[in-house]
Amino acid sequence: MIPASFEYAVARDVADAIQLLGSSGGEGKVLAGGQSLIPLMKFRLAQPGLLVDINRVKGLSDIRENGELRIGALVREADLDMNAIVRERYPILVDTTRVIADPLVRNMATIGGNLAHADPANDHPATMLALRASVVARGPKGERVIPIDEFFVDTFTTVLAPDEILTEIRIPKRPAGGGGAYLKLERKVGDFAIAGVAAMVVMDEKGRIAAASIGVTNAGPTAIRARKAEDILRGQSPDDKTIAAAAAAAAGESKPWSDLRGPAEYKLDVIRVLTQRAIRKAVARATGGK
Amino acid sequence: MAVATAPTTSRGQRTHKIHVTVNGVPHDVEVEARTLLVHFLRENLNMTGTHIGCDTTNCGACTVLLNGRAVKSCTVFAVQADQATVATVEGLEKDGKLHPIQEGFHQEHGLQCGFCTAGMMMTAVAFLATNPKPTELQIREAISGNLCRCTGYVNIVKSIDHAARVMRETAEGKA
Ligand SMILES: Cc1cc2nc3c(=O)[nH]c(=O)nc-3n(C[C@H](O)[C@H](O)[C@H](O)COP(=O)(O)OP(=O)(O)OC[C@H]3O[C@@H](n4cnc5c(N)ncnc54)[C@H](O)[C@@H]3O)c2cc1C
Ligand code: FES
Ligand code: FES
Repeated sequence: MIPASFEYAVARDVADAIQLLGSSGGEGKVLAGGQSLIPLMKFRLAQPGLLVDINRVKGLSDIRENGELRIGALVREADLDMNAIVRERYPILVDTTRVIADPLVRNMATIGGNLAHADPANDHPATMLALRASVVARGPKGERVIPIDEFFVDTFTTVLAPDEILTEIRIPKRPAGGGGAYLKLERKVGDFAIAGVAAMVVMDEKGRIAAASIGVTNAGPTAIRARKAEDILRGQSPDDKTIAAAAAAAAGESKPWSDLRGPAEYKLDVIRVLTQRAIRKAVARATGGK
Repeated sequence: MAVATAPTTSRGQRTHKIHVTVNGVPHDVEVEARTLLVHFLRENLNMTGTHIGCDTTNCGACTVLLNGRAVKSCTVFAVQADQATVATVEGLEKDGKLHPIQEGFHQEHGLQCGFCTAGMMMTAVAFLATNPKPTELQIREAISGNLCRCTGYVNIVKSIDHAARVMRETAEGKA
């Protein structure tokens, strides 16, 4: 399959990319890892007039932890997986990246592309919701920082303007007593999720859940936050009854649809079970299990 | 199929001169922006060792190394390989001597129809460069983006393990 003809330009830097996109009259698209965009173009579901290749832009591939964890938009999944800070302190990100596609796709696919693509089946959105991340975007009018809760609008739609570039993802530094986990059920290795659940908890000294956040993959037109489940967990000790109630709430807030990956009823139960397991794993990590 | 004839802008162009080094040989070729790397290899360079299986980024038959990383060449544009190095199955054999990964597939009967083999071997070569002493599970994970419809994978895993052993022995012999 051959994509429709298009113009191609290599952006030298972010300003150049913004300018190129602006000059394309809305016809331009950013090319990052290409692992979602190129398949869409081959099926001619996407026919951009101009591709702005940002792969050669410097400074978008760093991972740093100062006041917060900052991940450049061009960081490839394979590099996220191998990063020492991430491996040591953010195992939820390792959980997530390792279940995305397969090692070949992960050698190209970028974390920025995974969010900008806004596919509810993508795995990073739920994890970023749980991590209370924000997304940095740069456009002709300058830079803005967008809380992840406000980033996803609809399937394949974010608040990014056509000439805005996602440059960085910012994640609050893991607090003392904090831990998180992402769990996904897939039909076969490399497939998109039947469902996936990301859970983050912060435990207080008394062993209660001081704060919790939960994100769900493939539970509606965008990844969702299970706020009712979060409310149930807050202030409680993580006993079986509390976790079961939170998991039931998370399923109640989810709106999966029936498709080849299973009927909606089945997926709701998958979400319920994965939520329980993700909370338990997050609590275990928060209380010393790394 | 309609051919788009819109004029090119000053910045973005529909055709590009690229400089790509494939298996050590430099090539300067003009390609359409939409030419996929796998088509460039097979059709412009007549190197048909790299296969197209699914054409939908699922099977890994088209795997080549782009600057040393294993990627699906049906999901990379040739223009993205400008100034880059590409390694394909044709470059594995050196001076009439098979690469240890080829020896491994031969010795352990790692192929039946052979359609997946080029991709499998390229994935394995990149993998063994980063992990010279893999466990069986790590090998299985490494090839999880490469589908084989014939072998059931058992002999492929053995082939890669065989190559890893040979490459370690050679490295130790040299040290
Ligand atoms: C076989 C297969 C299986 C997959 N399985 C999974 C899976 O299980 N889970 C999962 O999460 N994903 C999966 N993916 C998708 C993969 O992770 C994609 O790579 C990802 O969705 C997009 O990242 P990319 O860097 O490839 O972006 P691209 O394909 O380059 O771009 C995707 C979209 O985002 C836009 N974009 C990209 N970067 C930016 C930026 N910095 N600023 C503004 N806009 C930008 C592009 O313009 C485009 O619209 C799979 C893909 C394949 C081919
Ligand atoms: S042909 Fe490229 S992944 Fe199947
Ligand atoms: S040997 Fe036939 S597909 Fe692998």
